[in-house]
Amino acid sequence: MSATDIRGRIEGLFERDVTLVLAVLGTLYLAYILAGVAFGYGLRGQLNSVANLTFYIGVFGMLALALNLHWGYTGLFNIGIVGFMGIGIYVTALVSKPPVAEGGAAQVGGFGLPLSVGIAAGVIAAGLFGLLVALPALRLRADYLAIVTVAFSEIVRFTMMSRTFQTFTVPDTIDLWLFTFDPTADTVGLGGGGGLILNYADPLEALLRSLFLWEPYLGVVAFVERNYIPNNPKPVIDGVAYGILLLVGVGLFYVLLSRTGKSPFGRVLKAIREDEDVANALGKDTDRFKLTAFVLGSALMGLGGILWYSSRGSITPPSFRPNITFFIWIALIIGGAGSNTGSFLGGAIFAGLLYEGPRYFKNLVETAFELGDAPRNFGEAMAGFASLDPMPFVLYTLDSVSQLRLVIMGVVLIWLMHNRPEGLLGHRKETASSVDLARPGTDEAPGKPAAADGGEER
Amino acid sequence: MSVSETYVRYRRTLSEEPLAIGVLLVALWMAWSLVSGLLTGGIQISSLASLIWDGLLRGLIIGLAGIGLSMTYSILNFANFAHGDYLTTGAFAGMGTSYLVAGIGENSVGALLLVGAGGSVFGGALGIGVTTAPIAVVLGALLAGIVTIALALAIDRFVYRPIRDESGIALLITSIGVAFALRYLLQFVYGAGVRGTTAAGSVPRVNVPAIDGTFRVTAHDISLVVVAGGLMLGVHLLLQRTKLGKAMRAMSDNEDLARITGIPTERVIRTTWIVGAGLTGVAGYMFVLWKGTLGFNDGWLLLLLVFAAVILGGIGSIYGAIGGGIIIGLTASVSVVWIPSEFGRAAAFLVMIVILLFKPEGIFSGRTTA
Repeated sequence: MSATDIRGRIEGLFERDVTLVLAVLGTLYLAYILAGVAFGYGLRGQLNSVANLTFYIGVFGMLALALNLHWGYTGLFNIGIVGFMGIGIYVTALVSKPPVAEGGAAQVGGFGLPLSVGIAAGVIAAGLFGLLVALPALRLRADYLAIVTVAFSEIVRFTMMSRTFQTFTVPDTIDLWLFTFDPTADTVGLGGGGGLILNYADPLEALLRSLFLWEPYLGVVAFVERNYIPNNPKPVIDGVAYGILLLVGVGLFYVLLSRTGKSPFGRVLKAIREDEDVANALGKDTDRFKLTAFVLGSALMGLGGILWYSSRGSITPPSFRPNITFFIWIALIIGGAGSNTGSFLGGAIFAGLLYEGPRYFKNLVETAFELGDAPRNFGEAMAGFASLDPMPFVLYTLDSVSQLRLVIMGVVLIWLMHNRPEGLLGHRKETASSVDLARPGTDEAPGKPAAADGGEER
Repeated sequence: MSVSETYVRYRRTLSEEPLAIGVLLVALWMAWSLVSGLLTGGIQISSLASLIWDGLLRGLIIGLAGIGLSMTYSILNFANFAHGDYLTTGAFAGMGTSYLVAGIGENSVGALLLVGAGGSVFGGALGIGVTTAPIAVVLGALLAGIVTIALALAIDRFVYRPIRDESGIALLITSIGVAFALRYLLQFVYGAGVRGTTAAGSVPRVNVPAIDGTFRVTAHDISLVVVAGGLMLGVHLLLQRTKLGKAMRAMSDNEDLARITGIPTERVIRTTWIVGAGLTGVAGYMFVLWKGTLGFNDGWLLLLLVFAAVILGGIGSIYGAIGGGIIIGLTASVSVVWIPSEFGRAAAFLVMIVILLFKPEGIFSGRTTA
């Protein structure tokens, strides 16, 4: 067996999605667990760390998948993702928060409906706003659509912050034509700059109760408390369970989007991405297809936002800055637009390496070396160089890791666009055709995997 | 045209353009509520004049920054999302220079150059202002332009030039990376705090009488008008009197054709960056001098308004950028007459969206680049 043959086999192995996903996730988790060992974490600390990683892999994976429907499949350049996320969670909060009387005096109340109703309402609202944006905007060029969507997400944020929508008083009875409606809410609103406290039922508890799994779950918690983690292991286990829930959510997104992509509907979307005029000439009402895809993607982004923030205790408008949108874009570009597996992998790699990684690196360095206090500003950091002492600068750099990680993200994005604009798996971008387009006779040499199958031509 | 034809035409407009009708109705409602507000005294003429003045100045900054964005947008064919952070860089570099000139000898050079990061020096204490430290301000504005030009050229050389032939979207995504890296490097160096930069109390001001009161005009307002007006005139002459304007027009029409006609395209691109970035840097400095505060997010927050101005005016048209900037500035300021003040910027975005829907080529289109 020749060397190239073995290499081909190995690459062929990595072409299989499950192996690839497991390899990437395995590496990430191993790295985090090893870091935890280095920090001297006990079981509680390790579980916390793993739960945190899983959470971000889950949310970024989910949102990258939703974005892939817009950009990877349909070629819609949406940079207003965070607006749809915000609409999702704000509507959920509005619907599901208990009325003020139950929640304390100093805050805005809600309608007190079950959380499942709230989530459904949030997803539907995000989809409707997607429709609102898409109806006029889909006629626009890609770069105009980008500017319109980011402006939309900023308008959403201004609305959240605005005093005008901070609170409304709900009348005691609402007379509709035939029947009288008596809402439990007294004040509702978006809470203004102070945000909203999410004092509804814990989403995990709500889900497990509805599946009649709550009692068994408490049993597991008690078992862990007896045997592994004394004193109050519930928050940790909650974190892990919520992480698993998110991964299940990612799986559902993946299945939904893969099926969509393979359906006749998805093939039209890909045709629109490749050449809208041709798709139009073939008798497809491309506007309608784009509209449907945009609304579906927006609704999924709303769901992603709900799952991201609903377990957070509170939401404030500054969380919904356009930065989040760009994080998701970077995740998608790392993974490769057009491939669902790639989108998830991009989300996982982004979450593990770029989003959470720098902080772990800082902690690792701080654990490994006894370091003093960091200088307070750049001037003091540079002052060390006067006496040829780089330490203040190093300390300041480590201390600023939360800003520098955004610099790193920017540089990674530039590097990717220069060297690998198709991302990890973008070369597997699915073509619009349902039949194999490879011409007989021009096949690649045997032994080479079917990687360069011409999915991406530019 | 007969009456029935006209009638049919209006009926068709009514059924085919529901959005246009809606926009028209909103405009009518605004005019009516303004007039009735002025007549009943609900809106004071002096406060309206003050809003208009504020919007005009804001618009000049947006327009000045917009010229550069518009030029690169039309010639390199991509929306540069890092443009706002070029503006911030200019503001920091210029303010650092002003601090240095005004405060050298009494404070450490590092603290001055870092624009008082971490509260080490304060602009108010240094007396930064166009009347109190004129040399510092002039040098600051100059340096703001020069540093921004150097930055733009370096970024073009290492980031945009290698992928010049890629699609506009690829370049747009790359520019988002540049924006991230630049903005948070600025935060790394200058810190996250928003600082006051001018001796706000000692800026000369006059109260201009309006019919039922006065509105305030400061020395910084005047200097902004002078600098912005002068630079706009300068760019106008540059593009009218030299071949550069023609070469730029040719390039934005068809780059390949321009190249085989003998236009040195790379040199035109470089000149474009120099002119655009210089104006942007000075705009950033004047912005900070005018509003009196400086933070690492300033340019990014202004960027969407600049985009709105450029799209409104028609991409590639410098007069469009200026006109669009003034319209957007006025919209953001004066709209508070009708809507809550938190939505001033939202109103400007809405104007942009409406323009994109009805006249995506912009309102000053057809007069690209001089």
